[in-house]
Formats: sequence, structure tokens, C-alpha cells
Amino acid sequence: MTPLLSVQGITKRYGTHIGCADVSFDLYPGEVMGIVGESGSGKSTLLNCMAGHLTPDAGQVVFDTRTDGPHDTITMSEPERRMLGRTDWAFVHQHARDGLRIGVSAGGNVGERLMAVGERNYGDIREKAKDWLGRVEIDASRVDDRPTTFSGGMQQRLQIARNLVTGPRLVFMDEPTGGLDVSVQARLLDLLRGLVRDMGLSAIIVTHDLAVVRLLADRLMVMKTGRVVEAGLTDQVLDDPQHAYSQLLVSSVLQV
Amino acid sequence: MIDLSNVSKSFTLHNQGGAVIEVISNVSFAVATGECVALTGASGAGKSTLMRMIYGNYLTQAGEIRIGGLDIVRSEPRDIIKLRRDVLGYVSQFLRVVPRVPTLDVVAEPLRALKVPADEAQDRASALLTQLNIPERLWSLSPTTFSGGEQQRVNIARGFAHTYPAMLLDEPTASLDAANREVVLSLIEDAKARGAAIIGIFHDEAARTHVCDREIDVGCFTPGMVA
Repeated sequence: MTPLLSVQGITKRYGTHIGCADVSFDLYPGEVMGIVGESGSGKSTLLNCMAGHLTPDAGQVVFDTRTDGPHDTITMSEPERRMLGRTDWAFVHQHARDGLRIGVSAGGNVGERLMAVGERNYGDIREKAKDWLGRVEIDASRVDDRPTTFSGGMQQRLQIARNLVTGPRLVFMDEPTGGLDVSVQARLLDLLRGLVRDMGLSAIIVTHDLAVVRLLADRLMVMKTGRVVEAGLTDQVLDDPQHAYSQLLVSSVLQV
Repeated sequence: MIDLSNVSKSFTLHNQGGAVIEVISNVSFAVATGECVALTGASGAGKSTLMRMIYGNYLTQAGEIRIGGLDIVRSEPRDIIKLRRDVLGYVSQFLRVVPRVPTLDVVAEPLRALKVPADEAQDRASALLTQLNIPERLWSLSPTTFSGGEQQRVNIARGFAHTYPAMLLDEPTASLDAANREVVLSLIEDAKARGAAIIGIFHDEAARTHVCDREIDVGCFTPGMVA
């Protein structure tokens, strides 16, 4: 089987400081991978390099495109990469406001991505937008309201609807449940798990919340000072961590 | 079906002076289809550790663990995930679920992961919950607030939803009353009858002699506590 995403030797420096160094892994269709580590460990830098928001100093991010097979997205032309960002890729930001158009209605936020891939029929777009609001548990009667009138949890769910409406195959998530209270987190986790299973999505989730990765991710990478110190099955890394830093990370979680 | 050869395991505690604890050394045994084997030994002998190694939850330092031909000691995560979805079931002592998910969906989930249609999966889940005496009025609630015994039974229902060819059972009859204990034992008997290879830990001696064909004393493989 061809990996959906093959990351090879990704390195990003900020001057003399290392953002992330020599990260490599393969992600297969339907897999969810978690990346954990403390603040400053390079996990967000890595995610942004993979998603094309930052240009790495070295390495390849090879994506198995629908039309032409595996392609290095770093050397791809800007229009090609932007098209990928609108179709097969999705990016869920930690702060919903970074991923939403805050002055546009909820329906408009979802519809915009559809229009970007060429849908023009207003009725169809509106129906799809309503359908997606329903899937992320936002009442269809809110379709014309602006996200500014939504709670934090609803904004996050709207962002997810906007991202998934075009049926992407790979979703990048940066702390998707960060800043939400625990009851909303649980609801979002349940929603994400269902979507991943039913749509066969692959996802890369960056978080510092070990409970989130245990419930969502099949595989886990632990990062420290820009490098991957341990990787494996999520429950194996959490229950039998091998590296000193992973052991420290796991044993530092407060028991509830 | 399940084949262990020369399996060893130690824990290295990097943050506690680098202490190395040898837990298990040189275990070899095999479990055939339709056979149920009990792991015995005193508390701390490494029964649960060995079971977690077989599930791929703990890393194995040396040896081979083959399940249906796949050596999980040297497998990629995605192969282990596939094995756990299709072949290898595990009923742990504790239920771990996403909060807010209804009990019926928790039990049906292993089948949904195998692409079984939702209604068919729910029918099977309902049948198991009924058999295990979980009242229907609880099915739409999340099991996180259930009593210990109820959670245990939900966990068992979930573990038996799919007819795995290989199963690991960690104290499946603990904290159950006599009636429910009988139900669990009959589920194990049924699984054996359809050819599942089972490894179990049972503190309940009567249950053990009832369903198990053989016992393996894990204490024989436990080296002195600290090396």
C-alpha cells in the first residue's frame, strides 16, 4: 500500500535555533497520528511545515495525490499546493477564529470552500452547508448567523464543518480541543472519532493533551527540542514509554 | 493460534535512577484454536504484563509473539491495529471510553470498525447487553457513571461483540455476581466452541477450572525482583 503522506527528513531552523530536526514518518490511509510534546518542542513547527504554512530548510513531504500519485508538496507550485489545501487537505486551527471568516455567516463559511472547488448552484451549496451544520451538531436555524454569535465550542465545530465539507483525505489539527471546557471537548472528540471512522479520514493531531491522543490517535510521536524521541502505537507509548522524556511526560499527568 | 517463544521483558525507569526491573524471562508456550489457557501466579508475578505484551500494549525486549502468523514484537503499528480490529480481542479490567457516548454505541463500536452496518451492530450489542443483564433503560446513557460491576459487563459485551479468533481476558469474572458470572463463563464456552484461542487471568478458581483446559504458572518465568 502507498502511504498517503510520506514525510522525509523535515528540518526547520529559526536562525541558529532548531524548530524541528530530521523528522520522518509514513502515514497510511485511515490512520490518525498524534504528536505530543511540551510547548516549544517543535510540534507546531512540524505541522506547519507539513501543511505548507512554513517552508522547511530540508526534507520532503510527499502526498499521494488523486490524479498524479505521490508528489513532493514542498517543490510543488504555489497554485497546485493551494488547490490541495482546498480539496484533499484540511487544517483545523486551535483558535477557531484563525480558521473561520468571522464576518461571514455560518452557511457562508461552509459554502465558501465548496465554491472554491467550483460549486456554483446556490441551493445545492446551502443544502450541503445545512447538512454539515447538522453533522457537527449545530442547529440548521443558525445557518445565517455569524460565528461571532457562536460559543467557542460551536465555533470550533463550525471550523470542522468548513474543513470537511469538501471531503478531504488528510486533516491537520493543531490542538483541536485546546481552550474548550471538558464537556465540550468530550463532545468534539466523539464527533471527530465518528467522522474519521465514517469518512475514512487520515489525520495528524498536534496536542499536549495525552487523554485526547489516547482516544483519537492510533499512533503517537513524542517530540522534545525539535526531535522525535519516541514513536509507536499510542497505547504502547503511553503505557510502556521507553525514552526518559516520554516516561517523564506520562508520569506527570495529574490523575483525576 | 497464539505462539510465544523465548519472550523476555524488562522495565527501565529512567527517572528513578535508571533502575532496570526484569519482569519476565524466557517464556514459551502456545495456545491452539478452541483452547483456553489460564495464566496463574501470585500478585506481581507478571500475569497482566505478559497479557499486555501479547496485545502489543507493552514492548517485548526479546523473543517472538506470533498471533495468526504475525509477529507482533516486530510489527508496524498499522499491522497491530489491523490485528486488534480483526483477530485479537482484549477484555481489560477497566472500561476506557469517550465520555458522552451511549452504552449501546460503546458495545457496537468494534463491529462498526469492521464496517458492519449500524443496525446490525446495534442488534448484536443489544443482544449481548440483554444477556449480561444491563437494563435497557441504561443503554442510551454513557457507561462512565455506571457501577463497577455494570462497567465490567459493558466491557465484556464490547469484548465479545466481534467473534475474534484470539482473545485475552483479564479477570473477566471479577466483581460480578453469581448469575452474571455464569453468563460470562458461557460466553467464553461459546467462543471456545467456535474455535477461539483464549488466554485468561482468573482469580476465581471455580471459574478457572470450569473454562480452562490448561494452566501456566507465570511465577516460573519471573526472575528475582531487581537485577
